[in-house]
Amino acid sequence: MADTRVTLGGVELKNPVIPASGTFGYGYEFARLYDINCLGALSFKGTTWEPRFGNPTPRIAECTAGLINSVGLQNPGVEKVIAEELPKLQACFGGPIIANISGFSIEQYADTAALLDKEEGVAILEINVSCPNVSHGGMSFGTQPDMAARVTAAVKEVTKKPVYIKLTPNVADIVAIAKACEEAGADGISMINTLLGMRVDLRTRRPVVANKMGGFSGPAILPVALRMVWQVYEAVRIPIIGMGGVSRAEDVIEMMLCGAAAVQVGAANLVDPFACQKIVADLPTVMEKYGIENLKDIIGGAHHG
Amino acid sequence: MKQGIFTVCSNRPLTREVYEMTLRGDTSAITAPGQFVNIKVEGFFLRRPISVCDCGPDSLTLVYKVVGNGTEALSKRVPGDGLDLLTGLGNGYDLSSAGERPLLLGGGVGVPPLYRLCKDLIAQGRELTVILGFNTVGEIFYEHEFKALGAKVIVTTADGSYGQKGFVTDAMEGLNYTYFYCCGPEPMLKAVYKASATSGQFSFEERMGCGFGACMGCSCKTVTGYKRICKEGPVLRKEEILWQTQG
Repeated sequence: MADTRVTLGGVELKNPVIPASGTFGYGYEFARLYDINCLGALSFKGTTWEPRFGNPTPRIAECTAGLINSVGLQNPGVEKVIAEELPKLQACFGGPIIANISGFSIEQYADTAALLDKEEGVAILEINVSCPNVSHGGMSFGTQPDMAARVTAAVKEVTKKPVYIKLTPNVADIVAIAKACEEAGADGISMINTLLGMRVDLRTRRPVVANKMGGFSGPAILPVALRMVWQVYEAVRIPIIGMGGVSRAEDVIEMMLCGAAAVQVGAANLVDPFACQKIVADLPTVMEKYGIENLKDIIGGAHHG
Repeated sequence: MKQGIFTVCSNRPLTREVYEMTLRGDTSAITAPGQFVNIKVEGFFLRRPISVCDCGPDSLTLVYKVVGNGTEALSKRVPGDGLDLLTGLGNGYDLSSAGERPLLLGGGVGVPPLYRLCKDLIAQGRELTVILGFNTVGEIFYEHEFKALGAKVIVTTADGSYGQKGFVTDAMEGLNYTYFYCCGPEPMLKAVYKASATSGQFSFEERMGCGFGACMGCSCKTVTGYKRICKEGPVLRKEEILWQTQG
């Protein structure tokens, strides 16, 4: 019998499959399609202190094996998320909830985290220092080790919940940033956020998305994500939630062999709303095919021997 | 919303760029005219959102324009091919405010969703006028289909090569209508918004990620808050529209 259970900072997940923030709303849209309690955990839409509309449209550009998005952290603000969205999510999902948090100052990260820390239903805080779609914030906190460390320390001060720092791949040395977060007290690393990219419309000769650039995700970025998870796994002791282009059960296992303790699924949800359900259902069969009895045993397995 | 495999029954050009595709499959998730389906086209990552032109219990008609590689690939599908569709997407037209003499205004590839709406309004015993606007005679489609439903049909062409010369708004002047429904390119929607004497509903278009409300890719600002074109839209009421797309 295949054992798909994994743990993240003391939180047990029935399987490692987690819909990634920003691709699954607050869960309830998907709960109308299938029982989302099959998921290992769920990371909800990135939350900020203030409500945000986000960027002008068009916000989406298609690419080969992926898409660019430039949503820009549209969300109703942390107070409304707690008052309105979280109860709706909890009504359809009983598993561990990961609260994804963004900010435009260290104080905003800490204040937003402090409010979500009080929510019993939230199991893990995922701190996004990597959004490529907002200026003066987001990614700028995740491109320098000292800034990432300061955000980590500020959030750790206001919560007892496990704190995962979500990193951007748009840096020269992601290992240095992951290590800085670990030293500042991070309980884990989520990686990778989207790769900064762009498309140009040949008819208008202008960038397709209004914000010119956006975050590229989808199956095309899986090899980049695997490489970075591999590098960070060799440098830190804290668990890694791996993501980037995962769309099949085989990808989950590959990501775990590189060092991920759990895996997030993003872009795949947007083209197949049943993607996560299918991956969860396929896992035991794929594990059997490759002779895996216990998923926990394969974390980082590609580094040995 | 439902996901299902549909079988292509026919796929034929109506004009040089506009195709009509009929399909067979489970349409039970489609609840109102003006909704859309999202089609997986092999070889392309994102699905293609296409408005529903007409549907029966197990039949679906889509009329779409070839504008890029995805819709071009769609135009190559042949009878017997299977297509993966998400159906029942978006908030369609609300027929309850139509009054006795509703006016339908369609521009170019904005015409198709009005067909089912026209059929339903006529079935309710309402007296329909439909204005179909095109650039030129070669781009006209569905004039006779709307007439066959029993609607009074006015065709306008921008270059005057057929019907009344001008835009749909030129043909609106002097008409006595109780309410309107409009679908077309944004400049046309804006013109109808200004020229209309009554309340009405507009169908909008935007580049979408998922098409079912998950990604926030197609949001817009309205008088009543932020809306997703794919979820709370694509149909919005005249009173809630804010004509600004900048964030």
